[in-house]
Amino acid sequence: MNILVCVKQVPDTTEIKIDPITNTLIRAGVPSILNPFDAYALELAIRIKETNGGLVTVLTMGPDQAKSALKECLSAGADKAILVSDRAFGGSDTLATSYILSTTIKAIENKTENFDLILCGKQAIDGDTGQVGPEIAEHLGYGQVTYAADITVDGENLRVKRENEDHYEIIETQIPAVITVIKTAYELRYATIKSKMAANKIQIPTMTSIDLVIDLERTGLKGSPTKVKKTFIPQLKKSGIKIKEETVRESVLKLISLLSDATLI
Amino acid sequence: MGYILNEEQNSLVEMVKEFMTNEVKPHVAKFDITGEFPRDLYEKAFEMGLHCLEIPEEFGGGGVDYLTAAAIYEEMAKIDAGFSTGLCAISLALKPVLIAGTAQQKKLFSDIIVPGAFGAFCLTEPNAGSDAGSVRTTAVRDGDDYIINGGKCFITNGGVSDVYVVFASTDKSKGLKGLTAFIVERSRNGITVGKEENKMGIRLSNTTEVVFEDVRIPATNLLGKEGDGFKIAMKTLDLSRPFIGAIAVGVAQRAIDESVKYSKQRIQFGKSIAEFQAIQFKLADMDIETEAARQTVVHAIQLILAKKPYSREAAIAKCFAGDVAVKVALDAIQILGGYGYSRDYPVEKLLRDAKIFQIFEGTNQIQRVIVAGHLLK
Repeated sequence: MNILVCVKQVPDTTEIKIDPITNTLIRAGVPSILNPFDAYALELAIRIKETNGGLVTVLTMGPDQAKSALKECLSAGADKAILVSDRAFGGSDTLATSYILSTTIKAIENKTENFDLILCGKQAIDGDTGQVGPEIAEHLGYGQVTYAADITVDGENLRVKRENEDHYEIIETQIPAVITVIKTAYELRYATIKSKMAANKIQIPTMTSIDLVIDLERTGLKGSPTKVKKTFIPQLKKSGIKIKEETVRESVLKLISLLSDATLI
Repeated sequence: MGYILNEEQNSLVEMVKEFMTNEVKPHVAKFDITGEFPRDLYEKAFEMGLHCLEIPEEFGGGGVDYLTAAAIYEEMAKIDAGFSTGLCAISLALKPVLIAGTAQQKKLFSDIIVPGAFGAFCLTEPNAGSDAGSVRTTAVRDGDDYIINGGKCFITNGGVSDVYVVFASTDKSKGLKGLTAFIVERSRNGITVGKEENKMGIRLSNTTEVVFEDVRIPATNLLGKEGDGFKIAMKTLDLSRPFIGAIAVGVAQRAIDESVKYSKQRIQFGKSIAEFQAIQFKLADMDIETEAARQTVVHAIQLILAKKPYSREAAIAKCFAGDVAVKVALDAIQILGGYGYSRDYPVEKLLRDAKIFQIFEGTNQIQRVIVAGHLLK
């Protein structure tokens, strides 16, 4: 099974702060991490490879420092990594990004062999759009399944456990397919000292617009119909008070005394 | 952080930090109380290769450089000094093999450790601690073999190791010059593990007596030659001391981290205690001392890497870092007040963990003897 995992390097949103004046993200000093949903997709890919054989390639679009996310993937068990990077790609929204990625995928497939399975995290934790995976499928004309919790492979057939609000669906499809992955039961395995050191030594190839058959009008800011009109910080809701006394009667009395103390009744 | 590491070295340290935080930290308090040996946690560390950081790549180890290894030991010690010590003690057993062993001996040792096993350095005996010349364990030549008899104590990883490096006397009349080092596999007949110590601190590490009774090993397991033992032991301890210092620095750094966190949260007289200069000065002193200790560690390692003499600096690093760890842990308890004295908070454990760094791998008095020796020679 020839598997591609599309990944993104994102700021660790648990550590992010917003500039109160400009309402933009303060990126300085915030560590970059591999998008957690992409890590689940990668682990799934490695597991599929382990049971079915094959190759796992990881692809990301981003600046040169995004190579560190690719190295993380390599140290965990990906076989190959490719960075696609070009100044003309800066400022791309999801439509432009998925166009660039699908164009890159076609270029890789032309040089080597076709991918049977393309996995993406369901969304990146910085933009939270969840659009890039499905759009890649549309650009490539492949079938797609979103929100996968698990995938089993039987020859050319894929059986996908798809998460819904309150139930799972089991969907069958065939390769080639694009599947987006949620938080699964399988955390990305730890690298080892040796695999980490080996990954650090690997030279990751970079593809630019020259290597692609691409319409640059459809990339970057020019190719992005999405415009950010305004960013703002939503009002934080204050957490309420929980009243849980021994008995209902005591709870009611406590509530009344609180309301009365606050001169609300 | 006083280590100047490149991106690649840093990525190893970060990986270990993540592992320790996610996999080890949640279980530390439990094992500290029970004193039970956390074998599962160590096995996870083995999978990552943390037990053979310093084994050269050609023998299947990580081949991690000393500076990165020290930074990794510090990072591990921030979560638990006992765990870090247990792993570092494997490297302590490795060092005599790297210092004096042949390629076959390095392979013998590595082939046991690399798949996932502990090793132990066996020098100390009930009557031979600081005074290594009083070792009573004997090794007697018998054809192509040696027969080892004697008892070792306070052996880190004593009860869990698959391979030991044992120091025994091949000629008692020569004292220190009669000491000889051997690789002894746990699978040899006649090895028993004695009493396990119920320790004050570093309780996630295993410390036991190891008894050798007519243990027959081939002469090919002898490291160097007869009488080289003391020299090998001293070289090993010189080389190991900066790493012990690194672990002590990890304990001190954790004490600072806990103190900073607490003093920002603790409100007294209407403001956080971090706003009081009495606390600020204490925190600053803790940081100054800890960073200075870290620099002695880094400096000793840089001398090792530069192939310059480092015995004095290694002793300084171990001694100073050990003393700093104890003092800074005490300061942390003072900052946390009653909570610092309570086992519900992590800092009293840091003091219990810190104390051993003034004692093992050469007491801090022995370190001062070494330093004074360099001054007065």
